[in-house]
Amino acid sequence: MRNEFRIALAGNPNTGKSTLFNALTGLRQHTGNWAGKTVSLAQGSVTFKDKTFHLIDLPGTYSLFSNSTDEEVARNYIVFEKPDVTLVVLDATSLERNFNLALQVLEMTKNVVVCINLIDIAEQQGIHINERILTNRLGVPVIKISARNKKGFPMLLDTIDRIVSGVIDCNPVQLKYPAEIEEKINKIEPKVREVVGDQISSRWVSLRLLDGDEILLNEIDKRLKQEGGKNEHSRTL
Amino acid sequence: MSIHELYEEAQGLSTTKLRDDIVEHLYSRSHKLCKDGITYTKSKRDARTEKLDAIFTSPIFGFPIMIVMLGVLFYLTIAGANIPSSMLAEFFGFIEGYITTLFTFLHAPDWIHGVLVLGLYRGTTWVISVMLPPMAIFFPTFALLENYGYLPRVAFNMDRLFKRVGAHGKQSLTMAMGFGCNAAAVISTRIIESPRERMLAILTNNFVPCNGRWGTLIVLASLFMAANFTGGLKSLVTTGVIVGIVLFGIIVTFFVSWALSKTALKGIPTHYTLELPPYRKPKIFDTVIRSSVTKSWSVLVRAVKVAAPAAILTWVFANIYIGDTSFLMYAVEFLDPFGKLLGLDGYIMMAFILGLPANEIVLPILLMGYLSTGSLTEVDSLVDLKQIFLDHGWTWLTALNMMLFSLLHYPCGTTLLNIFKETKSKKWTFLAFLIPTVIAILVPLVITQTVKMLGIL
Repeated sequence: MRNEFRIALAGNPNTGKSTLFNALTGLRQHTGNWAGKTVSLAQGSVTFKDKTFHLIDLPGTYSLFSNSTDEEVARNYIVFEKPDVTLVVLDATSLERNFNLALQVLEMTKNVVVCINLIDIAEQQGIHINERILTNRLGVPVIKISARNKKGFPMLLDTIDRIVSGVIDCNPVQLKYPAEIEEKINKIEPKVREVVGDQISSRWVSLRLLDGDEILLNEIDKRLKQEGGKNEHSRTL
Repeated sequence: MSIHELYEEAQGLSTTKLRDDIVEHLYSRSHKLCKDGITYTKSKRDARTEKLDAIFTSPIFGFPIMIVMLGVLFYLTIAGANIPSSMLAEFFGFIEGYITTLFTFLHAPDWIHGVLVLGLYRGTTWVISVMLPPMAIFFPTFALLENYGYLPRVAFNMDRLFKRVGAHGKQSLTMAMGFGCNAAAVISTRIIESPRERMLAILTNNFVPCNGRWGTLIVLASLFMAANFTGGLKSLVTTGVIVGIVLFGIIVTFFVSWALSKTALKGIPTHYTLELPPYRKPKIFDTVIRSSVTKSWSVLVRAVKVAAPAAILTWVFANIYIGDTSFLMYAVEFLDPFGKLLGLDGYIMMAFILGLPANEIVLPILLMGYLSTGSLTEVDSLVDLKQIFLDHGWTWLTALNMMLFSLLHYPCGTTLLNIFKETKSKKWTFLAFLIPTVIAILVPLVITQTVKMLGIL
């Protein structure tokens, strides 16, 4: 059985994402230069029970559209590099704004943990969060932590552990869009699936195509060609 | 069906309103989630943050506070670095004795000892003992300010100025990064979306001194600018000079940004939202340990990787003789008239040219040239160091010019390489080299000629 897993950290700027990353990885971190792009992402690892989790600190972003290089880097990693689990770090004191990103991640990938950070500060400010209701509504585990004080880490690591070993099955709820948009998605999704296969969520790609995200389209095109090239290459061997 | 045909079809179905609808839907969904899962028992306002922001981002106090903070940061660095620096130098000197003994014991030829010990070992350890202590103080202190939430306020304050010169407010953040390392800061300009404004940030980043130049600035300032003061006052005057140099660099940044945005990079700055996070009490121990260990480690690695080959090269140049003049001296004599014009000399010009791979090695190379002993000489006290400079006709003007040249001259090799990687343009990379170089020549030239004309010296 596999015992090394890749965990990507996504989140808005200033949510304490890097604090969490540093607290979990300690000084066992380095900067990795990964496939395709010359962007360096901090990487580090944490051992839990018999497993090693390799954490990848994605750039902090407010959304995952093709607005900036940072957003593209974060999005491409989640969609194309396919981490085993994506951890979305939210700021407990400004959840309304932060949920946006979590919802976008849930549209893109299945294994997600929503990690509500700065919970101690939120409690001080009289913000009480019912993580069970949120877990229910989102279909993925919602965990409250305080990265600064290393609170909630055992629960967080245990949840990741149970997701990768298949004990917890994530069923992220898909946003239902207004009927007009849903109709268009339905029209185009089967064709999208034919082209991209099962590797990427065809519903999400359909949405992005309708949205006119040409940058993503070129990225998919590039990746598909690479894959095709690889396959041909292996056939000739 | 190809993916591009698919895109065409999707575009046929799409409406201009669609992105808005999608985003709006995301927001309403977020709102509903919060309504269901969160209860509030107190008012959400963070009074403390608001009060602090009223001071730190005030139009009146904002800038003075920033300058004071900068001053405190430099003061701590300068005052705190001296003792560990000389301790390290002594320690390396102590080790060197043993290494030399070992070489003698092994009957190693003189040239091997020259290259490895006098060139490589001394060059590298000099860089470590001069650079490491200031870095080990500067980085953690800077990181604490960042951790506390002050840096975004700096960006907020600077934003107005950057807008006025046609640049992007986020440039203040990439500039702050440049204080650590210009090469890294060039990559960090990716946070600026507009290509025009990003180019401005890339081209002007070099005007803030990186950690490779702090050593030069601090050493020269304390030797020549605060010569008549002692103790705490000395560090204070040195700090003042360094703050002045840094502010001058920032002014040049604004000027160049303004000039470029009126000419080659015309345009109106784009708007963006800058989020000011609440002030948070930094985790002092974690921050200090992490930033000193990881950052200082990377400085060490860099010192070994870049300074070591350069030290060897310089040693070889200084020891290859054509007739009775060394290769190094030919170059120095060639560059001397030009250097003199700028209030510098041939040795200094040579040091800057050989220092292209990394700014850290300019001062060691300069010393090596001056001593003409063919290798770096141990300089345990700063008084010895000053005497060497004085013997070569230095005055406060020479020191000032060298500091300014160091501040303004072309970016180091790594930075240039990163600029090329980021812009993918030879033209812009060349401009990134040319603009600072021209300014670095003009400023000392004007100062020197003015001082000569007024007869102050």
